[in-house]
Amino acid sequence: MTTTEPTTTEPTTTEPTRTGARTGGRIGEDAQRPDGTLKVTGEFAYSSDLWHDDMVWGVTLRSPHPSARIRRVDVSEALTVPGVSAVLTADDVPGENAYGLEHADQPVLAGEFVRYEGEPVALVAADHPETARRAAARIRVDYEVLPALTDPRRALDDDAPQVHPGGNLVRHLRLRRGDPAPTAPVVVSLDFEVGMQDQAFLGPESGLAVPAEDGGVDLYVATQWLHVDQRQICLALGMPPDKVRLTLAGVGGAFGGREDLSVHVHACLLALRTGRPVKMSYGREESFYGHVHRHPAWMTYEFGAEPDGTLVYGKVHTLLDGGAYASSTAAVVGNAGTLGLGPYRFPSVSVDAYGVFTNNPPCGAMRGFGCVQAAYAHEALMDELAAAVGVDPVEIRRRNGVQEGDRNITGQVIDSAAPVAELLERVAALPLPPPPAERPDLRDLPGAVGNTTHGEGVRRGVGYSVTYKNVGFSEGFDDYSTARVRLQVTGGEAVATVHTAAAEVGQGLVTVQQQIARTELGVQQVVVVPADTTVGSAGSTSASRQTHVTGGAVKAACEAVRTAVLQRAAVAVGRPVAGLALDGDKVVGPGGEVLAGLADVLGEDAVEETVEWRHRPTHAIDPETGQGDAHVQFAFSAHRAVVDVDTELGLVKVVALDTAQDVGKAINPDAVVGQIHGGSAQGMGLALMEEVVVTDGHVRNPSFTDYLLPTILDVPPMQVEVLEYADPHAPYGVRGVGEPPTISSGPAVAAAVRAACGRPLRRVPIRPEHVTGI
Amino acid sequence: MDFLQPSSWDDALAARAERHDALPIAGGTDVMVELNFDRRRPAALLDLTRVPELSEWSVAPDGTVRLGAGVSYGRVIAELGDRLPGLAMAARTVGSPQIRVRGTVGGNLGSASPAGDAHPPLLAARAEVEVASAARGTRRVPVAEFFTGVKRNALAPDELIAAVHVPTAAGPQQFCKVGTRNAMVISVSAFALALHPDRRAVGTGIGSAAPTPRRAPDAEEFLAGELDWDRRPALPEGLARAFGERVAAAASPIDDVRGTAAYRRHSLAVLARRAATWAWDDLRRAA
Ligand SMILES: Cc1cc2nc3c(=O)[nH]c(=O)nc-3n(C[C@H](O)[C@H](O)[C@H](O)COP(=O)(O)OP(=O)(O)OC[C@H]3O[C@@H](n4cnc5c(N)ncnc54)[C@H](O)[C@@H]3O)c2cc1C
Repeated sequence: MTTTEPTTTEPTTTEPTRTGARTGGRIGEDAQRPDGTLKVTGEFAYSSDLWHDDMVWGVTLRSPHPSARIRRVDVSEALTVPGVSAVLTADDVPGENAYGLEHADQPVLAGEFVRYEGEPVALVAADHPETARRAAARIRVDYEVLPALTDPRRALDDDAPQVHPGGNLVRHLRLRRGDPAPTAPVVVSLDFEVGMQDQAFLGPESGLAVPAEDGGVDLYVATQWLHVDQRQICLALGMPPDKVRLTLAGVGGAFGGREDLSVHVHACLLALRTGRPVKMSYGREESFYGHVHRHPAWMTYEFGAEPDGTLVYGKVHTLLDGGAYASSTAAVVGNAGTLGLGPYRFPSVSVDAYGVFTNNPPCGAMRGFGCVQAAYAHEALMDELAAAVGVDPVEIRRRNGVQEGDRNITGQVIDSAAPVAELLERVAALPLPPPPAERPDLRDLPGAVGNTTHGEGVRRGVGYSVTYKNVGFSEGFDDYSTARVRLQVTGGEAVATVHTAAAEVGQGLVTVQQQIARTELGVQQVVVVPADTTVGSAGSTSASRQTHVTGGAVKAACEAVRTAVLQRAAVAVGRPVAGLALDGDKVVGPGGEVLAGLADVLGEDAVEETVEWRHRPTHAIDPETGQGDAHVQFAFSAHRAVVDVDTELGLVKVVALDTAQDVGKAINPDAVVGQIHGGSAQGMGLALMEEVVVTDGHVRNPSFTDYLLPTILDVPPMQVEVLEYADPHAPYGVRGVGEPPTISSGPAVAAAVRAACGRPLRRVPIRPEHVTGI
Repeated sequence: MDFLQPSSWDDALAARAERHDALPIAGGTDVMVELNFDRRRPAALLDLTRVPELSEWSVAPDGTVRLGAGVSYGRVIAELGDRLPGLAMAARTVGSPQIRVRGTVGGNLGSASPAGDAHPPLLAARAEVEVASAARGTRRVPVAEFFTGVKRNALAPDELIAAVHVPTAAGPQQFCKVGTRNAMVISVSAFALALHPDRRAVGTGIGSAAPTPRRAPDAEEFLAGELDWDRRPALPEGLARAFGERVAAAASPIDDVRGTAAYRRHSLAVLARRAATWAWDDLRRAA
């Protein structure tokens, strides 16, 4: 069941007059995805489907040790395997053997040291993937196993093994605000631990590198940000950007796991060495080693409050395990710190958030980016506080929730809608599911057809959560996107062509671009051409930012095109520009009356504009106090979870998971609801089952057999309330949609399970052992 | 890799006798995983899906069902839910619809995983596995003796599983499986119970809590002895609990990524208590 109830507010941007309103599929309408039918029928070409005549296959040899020195790599035997065309090691990296999103600290191929289990050591190209794998097994690597640092809580100890020469600290974020030594009549505190979640995108890493005649290389790859990949690849290959051209291949999900490089440099190296197109494609097991995961977290939280529950102070100590390389750990620490107390008013705050190196798998970006971990702690503690002062969980949050005009904990004024109280009220007002049936279908019970209960031991619990997330890149990052838009009449039909480098990863950005172009240019036919590096950077498909930032760029480029076209039209029809608009492939007057066809105005000409668009700048935070306008926009969501828990067996059935979320403006309402459904399920997965289990630096469940994702019997019906309070600083008023539901759903589920079983449950994923206390 | 595809049972046995290095494949839901992960590289595959005898089931005059090794879970659910309710309940928990269409009970026995879901109900029902070789013909192995170690069974290198003989249920049966999600999950622990009012006996089967699937003989005898088979009063809570504890005691579970030994034991006690209560209530209602 899904209800969508948009609350419309004043439009804040001037939109073209469209009394004619003949162009369909504009913003605000449920637009069909151009890739939808192909994906549903299995015909969509994902990166793993890439094919080139004459191509060879590349495979990666990875370290079996979390920490070791490489004494020697002997590839001679591998080279003798018939069909093998190249075997490469660190010595074969022509440029700098280092890459990384924020710090280039990760070797393309391990040189002297391996720092985590699964680190790439050598590459093989062969005419068949199996041949390549067998050859890789014949590479002899002489390892001297070194002591591994696998407990991040020991990372900053003096005697801890050093993962990198500069020490094990990636970032310490220090934030102080208000009274340095606050006291309060009511004090609650807790420790909370979050396990390592995987993005678990369905299309594993893959790409095809094709050597070019100019000595360069063309790479087709599933990724989230073509230009940041290009920069790193160029560095490793020692080539200029014009020699390293990237095109986005079909992306089967991303969720942050494709922000770091995977096959990119490896495939290019092999292609340049062999002179043949090289395809690389991970299987599921390798994928678990081939991308970063969500940071596991250890958090200590303390809240002080007045007897009525009004917050006085918050104290936070957070430790994030960054694993062996920096990746985006510093930025994740930034979020876990600056947003780590949730959407509440705190007069006094003290936060210390740390990201550290260990010899565990590298951790980096994943949907929710530091806010997910923090939300479990602050939401569990809000429930503690509610219990301590005797108010209900909704009321404690309502009372303390930020409002527009408030300052958050970094001192930044929240200068657009912050409907914390309203989101809670709305989600609380949604109808509750009926109580368990007298003779329930097994599928509706915890354990389902496992037939573990017929109602025995089952108790229902309800939990609430409200969270917020920054949209876009923060802390002074120059965050922009580039769009090239062309309008032309071909074969009698007006066609707008939109070209950006923005990665469609399944979220529906291609549709959004079409909708914006239809809205701004009044033409039906909008072609979004494949994303590649022949147009400027679009920034990353992450941080819930593309509809905002690339949407902003497309809008701006369309406006520039429209202005140019209308100027020509004004001359052609002999009217002032001011009253003219584009609609239904025509130039129309103020009353929508058709004045000219676009063909009459443009003839054979194309009007093309390229625009680089930036959102308002953000600023670095003060290193001592953590104060500053770090973020450009905040997105809010609230969840209510209803669960049935078999308290004797510890099994959980989520009965309902309802959301209220402010999206500013729903460009494609269907897609917005889809993002909320998916995000809610992913958040719930972390609460109940999704964990990469790492013991002594070794991943114990690198497969979907034991890395459990929610199935259709685990994901409940969801009621979704979409609010649209336009952000006056954003194009169309949009607010990022993708991440918030992933952040607030899990803590609501955890709260509901706690309510049902009465145990504190200070770790997620919650396992049956924890629910039963055994 | 050779691909052998006999079209009759005799040919299959002959192929098996000739090629000990050939790996039988039925639904392939275990075999293909092993091949894909490169855990196994057999010299040949012996495809049994063209052997018509394997995909049949029949009922002997004494009511025993002879279930061909190649009958899928989907068919067990659809066709045998009345005669073999415990096995059908277990089949219902296997994998996803796709796996239930391909996967077979014979394949489950072939893999002999301690987590195989068909095993506990077969143990509880006192089933027998019919195995055959070209050289020595047919023999029947009680299912409890069929599992010889972790993922090992009593098959000789020249033998194939022909069928499993399962008595038609004479009384209520239950199967319960704990997993950490609500579908498509390998069991953390599983328990099957069969009441045999005709013999005043109780059958049990434990999954995922020992190196092999196993019975809980002590618990069986205890419950059979304590039950008031004549008057059939409600099952005393204390009796159900004591039975559960005996079932748990029969297990020798380990800690692994799916669950702890302590939880496995605990959950078996709960499952056994509940299953006994449900089965006994069914029997009382039937009377
Ligand atoms: C996604 C997925 C989910 C699964 N979920 C479950 C689950 O919930 N519960 C569960 O128990 N299992 C599960 N399995 C495992 C598997 O489906 C079962 O073990 C199934 O019973 C295997 O049957 P099969 O016909 O596919 O066997 P195959 O894979 O064809 O064979 C399995 C083994 O038995 C041998 N074999 C097969 N037939 C014979 C014969 N007639 N004589 C001698 N040897 C033979 C084979 O050589 C092989 O060693 C799952 C598997 C997958 C891939």
